[in-house]
Amino acid sequence: MEILPNLTNPELLHLYKKMWLIRHFDEKIDEFFRKGIMHGTTHLSIGQEATAVGACAVLTDEDKITSTHRGHGHAIAKGARVDKMMAEMFGKSTGYSKGKGGSMHFSDLEKGNLGSNGIVGGGIPIAVGAALTAKMKKQKDVTISFFGDGATNEGSFHEAVNLASIWKLPVIFFCENNQYGMSSPIDEMINIEHIAERAASYGIPGVIVDGNNLVEVMNATYEAAEHVRMGKGPILIEAKTYRWRGHSKSDKRKYRSREEERFWQTRDPIKQYEGYLINKGILTRETAKKIKLEVRQIMEAAVEFAKRSPKPSIEELYTDVYA
Amino acid sequence: MWMITYSEAIREAISLEMQRNEDVFLIGEDIGVYGGGFGVTEGLLAEFGADRVRDTPISESAIMGAAVGSALTGMRPILELQFSDFITIAMDQLVNQAAKLRYMHGGEGRVPLVLRAASGSGTGAAAQHSQSLEAWVAHIPGLKVVQPSTAFDAKGLLKAAIDDDNPVIFYEHKLLYKTEGEVPKEQYSIPLGKADIKREGTDITIVATSVMVQRALIAAAKLEREAINVEVLDPRTLVPLDEEAIIASVKKTGHLLVVHEAVKRGGFGGEIASIVAESRAFHSLRAPIKRLGGEAVPIPFSPELEKAAVPQVEDIVQSVQKMLGVKMTCI
Ligand SMILES: Cc1ncc(C[n+]2csc(CCOP(=O)(O)OP(=O)(O)O)c2C)c(N)n1
Ligand SMILES: [Mg+2]
Repeated sequence: MEILPNLTNPELLHLYKKMWLIRHFDEKIDEFFRKGIMHGTTHLSIGQEATAVGACAVLTDEDKITSTHRGHGHAIAKGARVDKMMAEMFGKSTGYSKGKGGSMHFSDLEKGNLGSNGIVGGGIPIAVGAALTAKMKKQKDVTISFFGDGATNEGSFHEAVNLASIWKLPVIFFCENNQYGMSSPIDEMINIEHIAERAASYGIPGVIVDGNNLVEVMNATYEAAEHVRMGKGPILIEAKTYRWRGHSKSDKRKYRSREEERFWQTRDPIKQYEGYLINKGILTRETAKKIKLEVRQIMEAAVEFAKRSPKPSIEELYTDVYA
Repeated sequence: MWMITYSEAIREAISLEMQRNEDVFLIGEDIGVYGGGFGVTEGLLAEFGADRVRDTPISESAIMGAAVGSALTGMRPILELQFSDFITIAMDQLVNQAAKLRYMHGGEGRVPLVLRAASGSGTGAAAQHSQSLEAWVAHIPGLKVVQPSTAFDAKGLLKAAIDDDNPVIFYEHKLLYKTEGEVPKEQYSIPLGKADIKREGTDITIVATSVMVQRALIAAAKLEREAINVEVLDPRTLVPLDEEAIIASVKKTGHLLVVHEAVKRGGFGGEIASIVAESRAFHSLRAPIKRLGGEAVPIPFSPELEKAAVPQVEDIVQSVQKMLGVKMTCI
């Protein structure tokens, strides 16, 4: 498959590195929760790295995203620093939310990340608002709203897509269909086969991609971004993928089989992209090893930074309530 | 009697009622194989089947509305909305529909439903998963509001809530799910609107709700060592509210401290304080009424800040000492 956006080889390698950053970040988080040294709860996107990285690959810092409760990957893909993220996960003052947000509330306005969200479907109308700003201020930026399959059963999804469709706003509705919303298989929760079919009722294009194939995701998002930038209105992309781990830290995964999980693990998005790059002669096994080592070092430094960072002071409780 | 958890007590009340009454059914997200957001409904799918334990899409407004419509037409739904924060998404169906259908329809029809949801902070779930918004719904005529603080109360109050012919919001506290208590094996009912004195005392009345009842009891035990004799009154239900029990207790002790986790500003504590101020107990007050509630901030993630955001045992102890100290300097 040819790559549509005009990316240099180093840029393509950077995407590979970002996938590993996401994988490794979430593996670390998983480890810390298992050890009982992390507070709260978390939602890991291990196995879904291609959607976040592939979609954000075609964006600049001016372009925006809204994210979900499963948002570590989106944040990293949109350029967040993993040390500040790790510090947030540890509730430290150096974290993205000064330790006040935790796993579900990363944002990084400088890089165009308007925020992950603890409310399923909560970010979708916000993305429409960001696209409205672009239209009213005649800016060229686009917004991608990430959300899960389950979120498309919220009223917020339908209201937002409809609104964006009648105003032809530059927003890409990006559904990461990982087959389940918590314990609910999406095919039992909708009466159609594909979420992309929902686009038809709003008169906008609906596209299905293999969410574990980074190049496919990137190409589809690239075309979608061109489409919405030209003022042709929003697009719905459905990326079929799978979350390898439980819904959150306390999930016993009784609603699916280990066999199904193993099947999806054979479709590892990172391995697939790695194979693609090696085939194209862009990546060697040597370089792959070096990148993985580098990622490990970055993560170790991030954990160090987080652990060394101070806790927020009690006064911090009262700041930021109002602007 | 047996020792079971708050969570098990709720499950028992549901299970016994579903065995008895075919019209009672469960509706909500992940209540089947997953066993509900907090494991409360675990096993009920196996016991009653998917027809009566209905897993839904992530559609709070439709869940709420389907409960309202089925209740209006002869069923008695119990819906679970996981975190009580998500009630905000079901607000129209709850507030504009369920609460006032009967009134708007001139007394025709009834909406017997129970909305169960977990509230409160203390688990690191942060700003959108930790709120205590019971004052919002207590404000709405037509809704009843229940906040059990023990396993025993949870079971008996849930039975009463299911039997009630009105929409009842049943707030479960996340930090209470694993607390144990003596609970009768058979089904029993605790009338809505009947407060419970959790600890008798003579020096000061603490009216506390939900998890704050437990904190007030710990504080009371500490204060006893200083020869301060605290009465802890748990209203158990905000609507209907057992005003008489509160007034009688304050008349006896002459001091009132109200403690809840919800943000103090606009919280239900203001209502309780006003009821006492307007009552015959006013003249028995020997110090100004005091309210302890959450700080006017969203619940933060950091464990230290999260603790600081809502009343803790030490805050209750200090408030009582101060209130009684004020009395002594006055005399
Ligand atoms: C409004 C709302 N309802 C329910 C929840 C609880 N919840 C959190 S994530 C989730 C499943 C979301 O499924 P999906 O949108 O497919 O995203 P995924 O978790 O699969 O990434 C649920 C039910 C919530 N956070 N917000
Ligand atoms: Mg999903």
